[in-house]
Amino acid sequence: MSRARTLFEKIWRRHLVAGEEPGLPATLFIDLHLVHEVTSPQAFTQLAERGLTVRRPDLTLATMDHSTPTDPSIDGARLRVLDPEGSAQLDQLEANCERYGIPLYAMGDERRGIVHVIGPELGATQPGMTVVCGDSHTSTHGAVGALAFGIGTSEVGHVLATQCLLQHRPKTYEVRVDGRLQEGVVAKDIILAVIARLGIGGGTGHVFEYTGEAIRALDMEGRMTVCNMSIEGGARAGLIAPDDVTFDYLEGRAMAPSGEAWEAALEDWRSLPTDEGAIYDRTTTVDGSSLEPMVTYGTNPGMAIPIAGAIPEDAAVEPEKRASFRKALDYMALEPGQQLEGKPIDVVFVGSCTNSRYSDLAAAAGVLRGRKVADGLRVLVVPGSDAVKRQAERDGLAQVFVEAGAEWREAGCSMCLAMNGDQLAPGQYAVSTSNRNFEGRQGAGGRTFLASPLTAAASAITGRVTDVREVLS
Amino acid sequence: MSSRFDHFTGTLAPLPIQNVDTDQIIPASYLKVTDRSGLASGLFSRWRYRAGDPDGEEVPDFVLNRREHQEARILLAGDNFGCGSSREHAPWALVGYGFRAVISTSFADIFHSNALKNGLLVVTVTEEVSASLFAAVSADPAAEVTIDLEAQTLRLPDGSETAFEVDPFARRCLLDGTDQLGYLLQQAPAIEAFEAAHPSRLDTRSA
Ligand code: SF4
Repeated sequence: MSRARTLFEKIWRRHLVAGEEPGLPATLFIDLHLVHEVTSPQAFTQLAERGLTVRRPDLTLATMDHSTPTDPSIDGARLRVLDPEGSAQLDQLEANCERYGIPLYAMGDERRGIVHVIGPELGATQPGMTVVCGDSHTSTHGAVGALAFGIGTSEVGHVLATQCLLQHRPKTYEVRVDGRLQEGVVAKDIILAVIARLGIGGGTGHVFEYTGEAIRALDMEGRMTVCNMSIEGGARAGLIAPDDVTFDYLEGRAMAPSGEAWEAALEDWRSLPTDEGAIYDRTTTVDGSSLEPMVTYGTNPGMAIPIAGAIPEDAAVEPEKRASFRKALDYMALEPGQQLEGKPIDVVFVGSCTNSRYSDLAAAAGVLRGRKVADGLRVLVVPGSDAVKRQAERDGLAQVFVEAGAEWREAGCSMCLAMNGDQLAPGQYAVSTSNRNFEGRQGAGGRTFLASPLTAAASAITGRVTDVREVLS
Repeated sequence: MSSRFDHFTGTLAPLPIQNVDTDQIIPASYLKVTDRSGLASGLFSRWRYRAGDPDGEEVPDFVLNRREHQEARILLAGDNFGCGSSREHAPWALVGYGFRAVISTSFADIFHSNALKNGLLVVTVTEEVSASLFAAVSADPAAEVTIDLEAQTLRLPDGSETAFEVDPFARRCLLDGTDQLGYLLQQAPAIEAFEAAHPSRLDTRSA
């Protein structure tokens, strides 16, 4: 009998072209390589310079998301004028994909969207796969039980040329979330609480596997939110074992297997979950039933507190971390011990690969329905993909946002990284459903409070950081 | 691409901040390039220039603007350096500026991997060594350290030596100037055999 293995170990072993040897990394085969405009140009250049080609265009998929406009009035011609550099980058992706036969969802394509939204949406990311992209939030795809992680541009070149990567085996880290979530507490709050607990470097060198009742109870899109932010805890990948929720989600999607192939895949996928008795290198347990809506106060995603709580006092911060803590609060123009609830804000951003899927928009719309956005507040709602956008328009969600006074935009990364002109002005405060509150991430001088779509919608109504439970009650 | 690296001696630029993310190393506005040029001027631009703009005024007390650290080729950074975005533009910007190594108590995984692929050595030291280096450079900005990659040792300004760990494969690549893609390409027969034995369920051209 073979020994008990974790989900990670099973996927890892299946993909070894060559195992690790003393002094040498393993060669890992990659089942799906996702590509976007920002981290690929130099990799394609490297390929061309060396006279190489793309080994498996059939396992490669490209989209445009990071620098694309979300203002519906900006077409290709206007973009060339407004943003010649960004536009050139998009043109280059188009040329590269054409040259090597890589399927590309360019502007105007109905399948286009944020790379980590469209992968699962199309059924391209499947259980047991290895998935990479030149993008740290590739961890998102772990929600379907795939080993998915971000890589640098040199490695993008490696995968284009060989469909393989040189890797050292990471360690495993079980993050167990027991119990049932309270009303108003959602996937985003789980992951913010986990990162606050473990620290943003807590998962370095590890792959998280999320287990426990609270994780099992999440729908697929909630699981994607959790896995998405694994990298914010320092783990390159986060995994959730596939189960019936996963299979129901995947069945019938454009790139998922069908017919007999579906049955064969199911049988295989059911063998993936971690065996009883398998050992993780580390384990931590979180009581899901005690979690509250979370919000960040600082300049990294680990600086988060329950929404009714207060920013830590200086004395509660370890002495060697105090200077960085103070620097973060200076940037945010906040004080130790201060409460965030009630803090006036300028912008609300609902979007990003963390929280821009249909269920995220539905959650936000549920709070906003029949209500109005606070006077003077700017609210952007940016769907994660064109498909999400169309569905939200069909089902009336878009109308809820528009009637409430929010901006309904085209799909893209938008204000998550503020590359496309959607950005905060210096000094502005935003409640954002994205994943990074780094200095200037959403615009130079901008200040970000990360929170769930529910918290974002509640804050949109009041114009202040707001506990959604008070709006709903 | 790797460039050859063996050992060198230099002064330090101290950046005693924890969790420096790659958005700070090189902000997103610099990511529209399709090559590697122009990144050095964006290095730490939000901390280096008022309004974050190289055309604007410098922030005089930021380490890269201080006269005594102009020649520094080793960045001495706080814990968990390079977290966040996977952008390889971060090591490109550091190398473009002239840095050859970063010393910290820990590095984020993706940055660590990206740095070594670009000839930027990442040296992980203990908290004691880190504290002693910050103390040494604050006492004397001209204090020098020597990094010997072959021997895997760091000579501190007081003359003492400390060993550091580095991935043996990356070390070999740096010392020999070997290129990792070349090494992978040599495995073509094994990759072919793997592909034959593991037919894919997916065809991205099918949707
Ligand atoms: S939405 Fe934000 S985090 Fe996600 S891929 Fe786009 S830029 Fe990266």
